[in-house]
Amino acid sequence: MKKLAASLIAIACIGGVASADTLEAVKKNGHVKCGVTTGLPGFSAADEKGVWRGIDVDICRGVAAAVLGDANKVKYTPLTAKERFTALQSGEIDMLSRNTTWTLTRDASLGLNFTGVNYYDGQGFMVNKNLGVKSALELDGAAICIQAGTTTELNLADYFKSHNMKYRAVTYDSSDQTIKGFEAGRCDVLTSDQSQLYALRIRLAKPEDAVVLPEIISKEPLGPVVRQGDDKWFNIVKWTLFAMINAEELGVSSSNIKEMKKSKNPAIQRLITGQGEKLGLSDDWSYNIISQVGNYGEIFDRNVGAGSPLKIERGLNQLWNKGGIMYAPPIR
Amino acid sequence: MATSEQMIPDRAPPITQIGPIAWLRENLFSGPLNTLLTIAAFYFLYLVIPPVFEWMFLDANWQGTTRNDCTRDGACWVFIIQRFEQFMYGFYPEDLRWRPNLAGILLVLLIIPLFLKRVPYKGWLALFILLVYPVIAYFLLHGGAGIEEVDTSKWGGLMLTLVLSIFGIVAALPIGILLALGRRSSMPIIRAVSTVYIELWRGAPLITILFMSSVMLPLFLPEGMDIDKLARAMVGIALFQSAYVAEAVRGGLQAIPKGQYEAASAMGLTYWQSMRLVILPQALKLSIPGMVNTFIELFKDTSLVLIIGLFDLLSIIQQANADPNWLGFDTEGYIFAALVYWIFCFGMSRYSLALERKLDTGHRN
Repeated sequence: MKKLAASLIAIACIGGVASADTLEAVKKNGHVKCGVTTGLPGFSAADEKGVWRGIDVDICRGVAAAVLGDANKVKYTPLTAKERFTALQSGEIDMLSRNTTWTLTRDASLGLNFTGVNYYDGQGFMVNKNLGVKSALELDGAAICIQAGTTTELNLADYFKSHNMKYRAVTYDSSDQTIKGFEAGRCDVLTSDQSQLYALRIRLAKPEDAVVLPEIISKEPLGPVVRQGDDKWFNIVKWTLFAMINAEELGVSSSNIKEMKKSKNPAIQRLITGQGEKLGLSDDWSYNIISQVGNYGEIFDRNVGAGSPLKIERGLNQLWNKGGIMYAPPIR
Repeated sequence: MATSEQMIPDRAPPITQIGPIAWLRENLFSGPLNTLLTIAAFYFLYLVIPPVFEWMFLDANWQGTTRNDCTRDGACWVFIIQRFEQFMYGFYPEDLRWRPNLAGILLVLLIIPLFLKRVPYKGWLALFILLVYPVIAYFLLHGGAGIEEVDTSKWGGLMLTLVLSIFGIVAALPIGILLALGRRSSMPIIRAVSTVYIELWRGAPLITILFMSSVMLPLFLPEGMDIDKLARAMVGIALFQSAYVAEAVRGGLQAIPKGQYEAASAMGLTYWQSMRLVILPQALKLSIPGMVNTFIELFKDTSLVLIIGLFDLLSIIQQANADPNWLGFDTEGYIFAALVYWIFCFGMSRYSLALERKLDTGHRN
């Protein structure tokens, strides 16, 4: 079945489903068609007013700001995990910003291009504070709540085996059940992707009693995706993300960008003005991104970080010069 | 000594024979086994109902605007109240919500006369609802031709559930009747085509059809051609549902005695005349329970569009649960969804009972 689906997709790709010039199409439509999740806390979810918010959503908004000068000109297409690649391949959406893990198989065989990483996720552990555990290496013999049938199960087994530790798995069918099991004391530890752990923690009666350990035992780099075969559009989405990261590194934010425009620092000058025509955009593309959406730090903070209910630590997603691995090539 | 001619007044029957005590004896405590079961059942209810009631009502939070207002232990209905509009209309623009409202009211107003006795031109009215109303509803909901357009990606909530199921029911009914007639036709090709169609669609689960329509179909369409996701789902649902309606109607057709067919032919009626005037009125009446059954199923099955990223009532509630500001109120959301679904399904089944009684002409054995 998988092979059949893959070959059908391949046929469709050879058939040139992807429209040749996405940039022109977007300008003509007057909006960016962006694929998001059907609801993932902090990444993409609609609020009471029906406004989409989240770290993935802000990438879509950034691209709209860069291309059309207005961050609100986005048409969101909520997609399930199974639909997401077809929707991109068939041209139903212009870009996919839907917590998608960058892997070799996906990059090489689906006719897609990953434009970068906007969130470094990975499997982590949450423990009860009163256990006094500071590191995952102290978890020998623990009972661990886990969702059945996911790669987290395999990662967990690998991690404990390679560190010569034992554990007792308490498996559940859904993430809802795992958190209920953790709360009821069926296990000492809950494991899942870190971003998910923070979302689950809010559901506890006393969220502050649980702590997420610093270790990450698997690599889940999440990033926006575009179709293969349209390098111009690929560059635009890629550099939208890079502009956000560079802005944080240079200390340019949505609140201070007006003053920064007069800055003497040549790197800031290059970031805020110019360079647009090389991407096929107007010269204020990056100014629009930063002033309307913000730099990477602001986006992280308000959607998943300290300014949000999730309160996720920056961790790996901190800038490279502040202890993380978030790094963008220079704009020049 | 005068003998009394008076009758002894009737005495009340023994207390064990009438009233609530007798009812209890007869229905709940008629034997050792039943007594035991009754006690067990009551004990179970005693265990379950008080905490649920407490959680849902006594300890519940009703007022406020954010999750921080939910300070008591019980349910946080604030979540439902805050999101109510979204659960009803999805992301439909607030200032245009009168349009779906109007479409709904119009439909109800048009349908009411159909149920009243002695309203003239019922046939024309039914045709109007089937042919003209969908066009009006389309322009009201979607816009176009000068009316502000609302993209279907903004439709959602109960409104989307109703659009999907009403469209499925209305479109499937005529197709289903034709298929049922086709399957009983004496013409081999028509019979074969109808049979294959019905068996094919009945053999595939709705979820597969929705997947096909949303994941596979776009790959086969020529470049630049982009059929609306909702439209694809609606067509899939209608085709699927028509196969079920066809089987329900076929059941009715088979229950009509052969004499009715022969009598119709003897009167000199053509095939279509005899179907329209003699057979179908009887057959449709017989197939009401079966059809309503499939309609209720369809109404609930529309929640499957969740897997193709459409926000019907159930999936918009799940989506609301992903808002970081409202994490952890799934239970309240699901209870609300269950309540809404129950109201509609119960309404439909009550209505079908009334319809059966109204159309009952004493053929029941």
